[in-house]
Amino acid sequence: MAKKLLLGNEAVARGLFEAGCNVVSSYPGTPSTEITEYAATYDEMYSEWAPNEKVACEVALGAAIAGARSFCGMKHVGLNVAADPLFTASYTGVNGGFVIGVADDPGMHSSQNEQDSRHYAEASKVMMLEPADSKECLEYTKKAFEFSEKFDTPVILRLTTRVAHSRSLTELSERADVPVKEYVKNPQKYVMMPANAIPKHVVVEDRIAKQIELFETDDINTVEYYDKKIGVITAGNCYNYAKEVLGKNASYLKLGCVYPLPEKKILDFANECETIYVIEELDPYIENHCKKLGIKVHGKDVFTLQGEYSQALVAKAILGETKEFDGVSFDIPRRPPVLCAGCPHRGLFYALKQEKVTVSGDIGCYTLGALQPLDSIDTVICMGASISALHGRNKVDPENAKKSVAVIGDSTFIHSGVTSLIDIAYNNSASTVIVLDNSITGMTGHQQNPTTGKTIKGDPATQVDIVALAHAIGIKRVKVVDPYNLKETRDTIHEELAVDEPSLIISRRPCALLKTVKHNPPLKVNKDKCKSCKMCMKIGCPAISMKDGKAEIDFTQCVGCNVCTQMCKFDAIEA
Amino acid sequence: MNTYSVMIVGVGGQGTLLASRLLGNAVISAGYDVKVSEVHGMSQRGGSVITYVRYGEEVHSPIIEKGEADLIIAFELLEAARYLPFLKKGGKIVVNTQQIDPMSVVTGAAEYPAGVLEELKAKADVTALDALSLAVEAGSSKAVNVVLMGVVAKHMEFTKEAWEKVVEETVPPRFRELNLKAFDLGYNV
Repeated sequence: MAKKLLLGNEAVARGLFEAGCNVVSSYPGTPSTEITEYAATYDEMYSEWAPNEKVACEVALGAAIAGARSFCGMKHVGLNVAADPLFTASYTGVNGGFVIGVADDPGMHSSQNEQDSRHYAEASKVMMLEPADSKECLEYTKKAFEFSEKFDTPVILRLTTRVAHSRSLTELSERADVPVKEYVKNPQKYVMMPANAIPKHVVVEDRIAKQIELFETDDINTVEYYDKKIGVITAGNCYNYAKEVLGKNASYLKLGCVYPLPEKKILDFANECETIYVIEELDPYIENHCKKLGIKVHGKDVFTLQGEYSQALVAKAILGETKEFDGVSFDIPRRPPVLCAGCPHRGLFYALKQEKVTVSGDIGCYTLGALQPLDSIDTVICMGASISALHGRNKVDPENAKKSVAVIGDSTFIHSGVTSLIDIAYNNSASTVIVLDNSITGMTGHQQNPTTGKTIKGDPATQVDIVALAHAIGIKRVKVVDPYNLKETRDTIHEELAVDEPSLIISRRPCALLKTVKHNPPLKVNKDKCKSCKMCMKIGCPAISMKDGKAEIDFTQCVGCNVCTQMCKFDAIEA
Repeated sequence: MNTYSVMIVGVGGQGTLLASRLLGNAVISAGYDVKVSEVHGMSQRGGSVITYVRYGEEVHSPIIEKGEADLIIAFELLEAARYLPFLKKGGKIVVNTQQIDPMSVVTGAAEYPAGVLEELKAKADVTALDALSLAVEAGSSKAVNVVLMGVVAKHMEFTKEAWEKVVEETVPPRFRELNLKAFDLGYNV
């Protein structure tokens, strides 16, 4: 079949299709999201968005135990959430193949930390493959299913941002016909209580030994000998950087499987080459393995532990070469991301700023409420932590409850905010929690979730009623506000902060970027009425700027939300 | 041929991803190896965004570093200045003269620098145009990306017909006519 220019994530989805995968369950997270979006375009596979990564992992494991090839995808921090089933799935093993896709984010393009998922493979004793481009994304996905069934183990497919979000030429094939295997009841294998788990641990260790033996010869770990003065041991996209800089002036051991690592193959390669460099982003994972084998290597002594690598970084570290370049003579103002024009979160954050409250924040587009000029968030930790961290704070300082709130998006609330809200109700915390319900999972690029009433394919689905849910868990005070209405929003927050019991405010207005949202025509500034007071600038709308001393609205961005109209005391902003 | 490196830079929401897809599809139809690297997620929200397109006989790295770009296509003036260090000595810049204020400028904490275009012209081979006006003329302010690709097409080896075919195949059918007009306006700048 023809070669196509596929995104790494799209190639993983194609690999799932070609491997005869039946079930895909994931929670969106940059840079992994598109795997599941593309998977959902194939009708031959059942695909879904799960409420969180733990659920997704368990759904896929259940399907694998039932005999189907199955997959779950997530970002690196999602694997923290799914770690519980992962560690025990290592013991139960599978029936149909089970692959876990995890995408790390070196450089933190869209993440809150820079953790290295390879440690999870070693800790859970689960095989991990790492492709270097889209072609390998497709091939390794198919290999992962074969290894999973051959060794009766889950297999992790590790991507990094540059592999997940780069396009390269990829060869396509037909879908394999893989029948769903028969499920046979086997409590010794699938019921993990001590009497069964103790012998299973023996099986796990034995399995790893067999895998190491295979990877001494399997062609997923490739050796290329050219000039032997420099030997490079590497994996994933770092191979491409090394190849670009060193070409045939070095030899390469490219590890397609990063756990378990071969020993003899690495020792043989090291013996053939004069100076060995281990090139790997983030932690010295391969480097430490080499050192344990007694090999003298250069690694983090010349390379950084932080951020993404590049050909320039490799050239500088190994050859001491840098390129010439020119810059401008003036300072360039930074341009970090901002809440979009018409974003419903803007009105809410402005109200919080006016109320001068401490805000326990969460993960989503609305994390941008922490930036100037709204500057309305005090803490952001992980999915769901806004609510539980607020509760903890309020238990230390009950007076704090009157001047602090938690903010959390609809998708994040379902992911892991619900259990935290139950804690607040159960342990009688006079906390005020605000769910920013914009009818979509926003930051990852508009995925459906259990509150939107639609499935991944856009079909009608059961919709979680957040008001009824809050009542059911024991929150008596529940209010719904429209964040485009600044006065109503502020008054409601003020009122709920004052009460001595748990309360939930739902700030409800769909994301302005949703195709289903009808926009008003762009607003205009009446320059005669504008007094240059800059009140409209306080909401941090990217469509508003000052030109020649007067406010001006960019017609390409403005969606006519009228939040700025409410800020202007001189009625200078007109429809 | 050696690997040819193109950077497409702009502000999240300006449609840089479509531009990179057009370029990627154009170079594949000419039979080259190609890698395109994009940034998704948070930085798309009005932040500074970069896409790398590299093509040639065999492309290894999907990204471009300082001093390596043969061509920078800038959707916004300040972004052209920001990524000037990535331009190779003797490289080209195609820049849309539209100015979008970063939030620090909106809030008054910083100023949008003056004389950006003059300095770019002093340091590189620059083609500057008001792509927004041409996009509006074509029928939508969102067509800035296709106008710019029309300008770029003039500087590249592929024929106008080959480009038009790529535009037709890459954009949704209902926007085909608008985009072909936008491409043509850019091509004839």
